[in-house]
Amino acid sequence: MTTADARPGSSVVTMPAPPRRRKLPGWAIFMIGVVAAVGVLATTSYLTGRPALTSSLTMQNTVTLGVPILLAGLGGIWAERSGMINIGLEGMMVLGTWGAAWGGLHGGPWVAVLSGAIFGALGGLLHAIATVTFGVNHIVSGVAINLLGAGVTKYLAMLIFEPLSQNPRDSPPIEQFATFSAQPLGDWLADLENEQRAVISDVAGLLGGLVTRVSPMLIITILLVVGTYLVLWRSRFGLRLRSCGENPIAAESLGVNVYFHKYVAVVMSGALAGIGGAALVLGSSPSIYSEGQTANRGFIGLAAMIFGNWRPGGTLAGATLFGYADGLRLSAGPGTVHALLYAAVISAGLLVIWQLWRRKWRTAMLAAVGAVVVYGLYYASDELPTQFLPYTPHIITLVVLALAAQRLRPPAANGVPYRRGEGD
Amino acid sequence: MTAKLRSSLLAPALAIAFSALLCAIALLASGANPAEALGVMIGHVGKGQVAVDIVNSTAIYMLAALAAAIGFQMNLLNIGIEGQYRIGALVAAIVGSALVLPPVLHWLVILVVASLAGALWALLPAILKVTRGVHEVLSTIMLNAVAFGLAAYLIRRDMFGILIGNNVSTEPIPESGRVQGIDFGDRGTVFGLVFLAVAVAAVYGVVMQRTRFGFELKASGESPTAAAAGGVNAKKMIVVSLLVSGGVAGLVGMPEILGRDHAYTLNFAAGYGFAGLGIALLGRNHPVGIAFGSLLWAFLEKAKVALDNVGVPREIATIMQGSIVLSVVVAYEIVKRMDLAAEQRRVGRALGTAEPVEAEVGGDRK
Repeated sequence: MTTADARPGSSVVTMPAPPRRRKLPGWAIFMIGVVAAVGVLATTSYLTGRPALTSSLTMQNTVTLGVPILLAGLGGIWAERSGMINIGLEGMMVLGTWGAAWGGLHGGPWVAVLSGAIFGALGGLLHAIATVTFGVNHIVSGVAINLLGAGVTKYLAMLIFEPLSQNPRDSPPIEQFATFSAQPLGDWLADLENEQRAVISDVAGLLGGLVTRVSPMLIITILLVVGTYLVLWRSRFGLRLRSCGENPIAAESLGVNVYFHKYVAVVMSGALAGIGGAALVLGSSPSIYSEGQTANRGFIGLAAMIFGNWRPGGTLAGATLFGYADGLRLSAGPGTVHALLYAAVISAGLLVIWQLWRRKWRTAMLAAVGAVVVYGLYYASDELPTQFLPYTPHIITLVVLALAAQRLRPPAANGVPYRRGEGD
Repeated sequence: MTAKLRSSLLAPALAIAFSALLCAIALLASGANPAEALGVMIGHVGKGQVAVDIVNSTAIYMLAALAAAIGFQMNLLNIGIEGQYRIGALVAAIVGSALVLPPVLHWLVILVVASLAGALWALLPAILKVTRGVHEVLSTIMLNAVAFGLAAYLIRRDMFGILIGNNVSTEPIPESGRVQGIDFGDRGTVFGLVFLAVAVAAVYGVVMQRTRFGFELKASGESPTAAAAGGVNAKKMIVVSLLVSGGVAGLVGMPEILGRDHAYTLNFAAGYGFAGLGIALLGRNHPVGIAFGSLLWAFLEKAKVALDNVGVPREIATIMQGSIVLSVVVAYEIVKRMDLAAEQRRVGRALGTAEPVEAEVGGDRK
């Protein structure tokens, strides 16, 4: 962040609009974000005496719960980069959970992932037919697909799973992925974590959670994040696909088959959401399909995508945030989630300093007021009501959307209807 | 005029035919005779309280769908009806049980409170949209979840909840705050607030067709830029329409609470909000269309139990609902395109001839 005052000769006003200062590369911003997040958590954990904030168990839960959200978010990137809003992610994810459980019953976890992807892709295909071919409003079609996805899964569960599990809402348990740990690194990190030294133990806990009991699902997901980046931003096909999301008429005039690219994008989006559903099934213990399992995670994935400014790296960060909020609730009690308020105060404090340095007085004031209010909440209460705990990710999503929404740039033609040959 | 009539009837007919086909395929795939399945569903209506249940549900669905339609008119997707009616019902139940007022006035006040609470829950997404540019779909989905949490919290026994039998609920609303229904003896009781749904639909129809506000709402929905050029304040319209939508949504729980439960209980019905969105699409935001859509929805919902008798999982009703909505939106899109093509052909023909064009084009419309 040393580039802030690197605007040479700003006193010599010759140019009406000075060139924008060079931004840091994406990976550097990402690393700074990671360090800042770990720092805030470590400080909070130290000051509030809540080691669970940075325990390896919390991190494991973050991964398990963040992966479905991340996959849904990736699905959102594919669709929206081609200009198609995909509110139907939730329904496609639900289809994916059923498909995964059904496939898993017949052929183990890898078949479960594949079959989840296929079921999600079928949902995506339906969305593509309705929106690309027939020109239905994207959101309307998405809502209908959410209805339909829930209905079809309930029906199929009743038909196929009930005779096996004696319960219309659940499937019988399927085989899980064998997990593996990077030893002896994992043990070493666990020892370090148990020593409870400030910062070091926190970092060890978070890292330890990433390398012990790793599911192949995490590897698949990371590959999909990298793959999405490479395909969409580093290939000719990806350039064409994104051009359909920015200006389909211009793309058409250059000979790009817009319908084809939109179809591929939306089907791929459904497949990724379906894999997200499979991750949900495989990540729950015992690994079963159960009704209402997705609990709006498709939508939260969409929020993670917006948080990440329609980019894979940012979506990863958003999904980690939401997965963390969800995972903390499972691995620790209401008291620890309450300590998140303290973390929010520290973050707001950092924001104040940063804004003061940039001489944005108004934003700094707002952040300071926010910090005081949240600290008041923290001070006045001992723990959050348990009824609110499941909704921590939703509340964080709202706050994040409210703070971040204006700095984002969605694809220019996102959600705009397009008909072949109707450009002027 | 006949062309307009044709296109407005063709689309629903096409949609119903297509979704019937889909449902028939689904039924055949699960090994049942579609005609027989439809037969037992219709036969089921005559049994016990089913007919009255359908009427009651229709009213509830109408309220939810009208709330959705107000948003749709302005291209706003108020997914938050689900949370708004929950908060509305809960707050109304708490306030209603605490008030001491003469009859009629008591339940009128409760209705106002429910409506205000629903509107208030819609205020946050409205503010976020206008000031921060947050898409209302995302903020309302999140607020739906939070509403569930808030309701579970407020009904705790150390807050406003009491234990009645095995069920936690709010304090019952006293006799003066209840709305008498129409008793049909063994057939059940039609909620008095069924007429509320009809009244709201009528007001909605008049406002949309006959007032400046309705015109501005529709104009902002169809073309925000044209509306802005015509002096409509887009931000104000967003806030107002979301508030009105939330206000109507707040009423959704009222027929059940004032007519049957007299309290907000732990197992308060969920899912009316999402049904309302589907029905509003089905009815094309038109009050009469919404009424028929609600009736169809309620019929499928209440009569699906009978499907068990012919060995079909009743969940197929949800598939029917979803496929009907999808077919309707696709059918309307197709018909719209056909109309557009016909119009273009007609204009093309008119311009192609050497006859005076204006007179013919102008005259044809009247």
